[in-house]
Amino acid sequence: MVEEPIIRLVNVSKNYDGTEALKDINLCIRKNEFLTLLGPSGCGKTTTLRIIAGFERPDSGAVFFEGKDITNLPPYKRKVNTVFQRYALFPHMNVAENIAFGLKIKKLDKKTIERKVAEVLELVNLKGFEKRSVDSLSGGQQQRVAIARALVNEPEVLLLDEPLGALDLKLRKSMQIELKRIQKMLGITFVYVTHDQEEALTMSDTIVVMKDGTIQQIGTPEMIYNEPKNAFVADFIGESNIIPGRMLKDNLVYFAGHEFECVDSGFERNEEVDVVIRPEDIKLVPVGEGMLQGEVESVTFKGVHYEMIVRSEGINWMIHSTLMEPVGSRIGLRILPHDIHIMKKAAVK
Amino acid sequence: MKKTWYAYPYLVWMTIFIVVPLFLLLFYTFTATTEEGIRFTLQHIKRVCEPIYLMVLLRSILLALICTVVCLLIGYPVALILANKEYSQNKVLALLFVIPMWINFLVRTYAWMSLLGKNGLIDMVMDFLRLPPVQLLYTDHAVVLGMVYNFLPFMVLPIYSVLAKMDKSIIEAAEDLGADYITVLKRIIIPLSLPGVISGITMVFMPAVTTFIISRLLGGGQYILIGNLIEQQFIVVGDWNFGSAISFVLTVIILISMGIMRKYDREYEGGAIW
Repeated sequence: MVEEPIIRLVNVSKNYDGTEALKDINLCIRKNEFLTLLGPSGCGKTTTLRIIAGFERPDSGAVFFEGKDITNLPPYKRKVNTVFQRYALFPHMNVAENIAFGLKIKKLDKKTIERKVAEVLELVNLKGFEKRSVDSLSGGQQQRVAIARALVNEPEVLLLDEPLGALDLKLRKSMQIELKRIQKMLGITFVYVTHDQEEALTMSDTIVVMKDGTIQQIGTPEMIYNEPKNAFVADFIGESNIIPGRMLKDNLVYFAGHEFECVDSGFERNEEVDVVIRPEDIKLVPVGEGMLQGEVESVTFKGVHYEMIVRSEGINWMIHSTLMEPVGSRIGLRILPHDIHIMKKAAVK
Repeated sequence: MKKTWYAYPYLVWMTIFIVVPLFLLLFYTFTATTEEGIRFTLQHIKRVCEPIYLMVLLRSILLALICTVVCLLIGYPVALILANKEYSQNKVLALLFVIPMWINFLVRTYAWMSLLGKNGLIDMVMDFLRLPPVQLLYTDHAVVLGMVYNFLPFMVLPIYSVLAKMDKSIIEAAEDLGADYITVLKRIIIPLSLPGVISGITMVFMPAVTTFIISRLLGGGQYILIGNLIEQQFIVVGDWNFGSAISFVLTVIILISMGIMRKYDREYEGGAIW
């Protein structure tokens, strides 16, 4: 690797009361990237963040910051700042005092503090809110204050623990765009924890998908979506049809009672595999034209598309299409070779 | 909400045992019985303002203040430790703290008498170490010790309840922003726990300023605090008017100090236990 990563986790493990929260995590975070830790609750993403922040010590393994071992450094000596899930603003201070907290500890002079507070408030679109009490702010405004309080210290890395989790959908969308804007403008590294796959896809440069304390896949949003490494990732990132299948030979897979051409190779002959097909990759065709045929069992209107469940070969296929077929009608299904993703079976189900 | 009659027994209780006695207290304070009958007078209040009684009052307030300060100095760290997850996981500490409270107040005070008294445990240890015996019992120190020992939980519990409810992530946020433990304590934990501290101060100061059992047992027969004075007037001397007047003055002082505390408390709205 040419560039030294800003944060490196090496073989990090953590137990809570005998349950493994993290199992042997290895992770490199590059400078200036927007990295998202994505996974269902309990997958260890928040623990990972808390280890980087210094609130938790790993049971084994080490954390490096710009090449230096910081595993045992207390949080107040680390050059990272955190935006907490429930904001964690200081209730006995007003907005300006909250933001100035870190600067006062660094013993900056009053003029500088005032200037920096005003600057960062402008950055998060809260100009003129200095004297407001934090209780009087809405959730979105409190979140901006929390972000400003962290950013004002000019951290090398900003850690965000599901910062938008408590906001409504519309506010969340606009905050996503705003966060991304701030990250690009300031050019600092963001490590972002979320369980919302859409949020992760929208904002990230790199996504780390986690499950049960292990990393499932690391990659760009496109890579994760288009080339999921296993059935879990495929299922978690967007919706998928996951069907058990068997690899007959390179580029030929058997599932749902038929042989399909595909573009995957490198499996053993007759290896049991998971076949993943995105709901939008199944085309509806007249009966007889597709490989499969079935009966429409249900139709749900989703706004942009219809979600249809089609029963065929004993499998319920989820299909997204802008065209609607009425319930009960018989239709054909066509799947193109490059839309068939073959995954190795997960060792443990 | 409609079933307000559930509260009637309580109202009756309150009336009989709180409102009526308070009016009796007022009545006795401002009346004197002469041959012509009962008449209004301020003579009892004037008598309370005589130097000898004022000295007793001042001394009581001073001792109660010392007791409150000592309780705060001991109680705050204890509450911090009890509220800390790592320590409170083993319940031994909390139990050690709570178990003495299950024993009767009088018994505990008598226990201190036998510890501090002549040929008591401390005396014996001093003797064993060939040190000269010290007079412990029947001193100011013994009275303050007894008060602190008995009233400490009233300081610890309200502070503990505020600390235990405090959002842990606020403390983490402060650490994250560069504050070491001392700074976190100074800037975050102590300011946010002030409502508990104020409750604690009120709950220690009030019983401490009116105590008469502790001062009689640990202070000796000659030892007079305001509580002893009141008790004496009612039980020994039988001068209910003067006894009421002292109680009245004391009540006014307590009400004023509570008012000041409340005002303070309101500036930091918080989860004090009352």
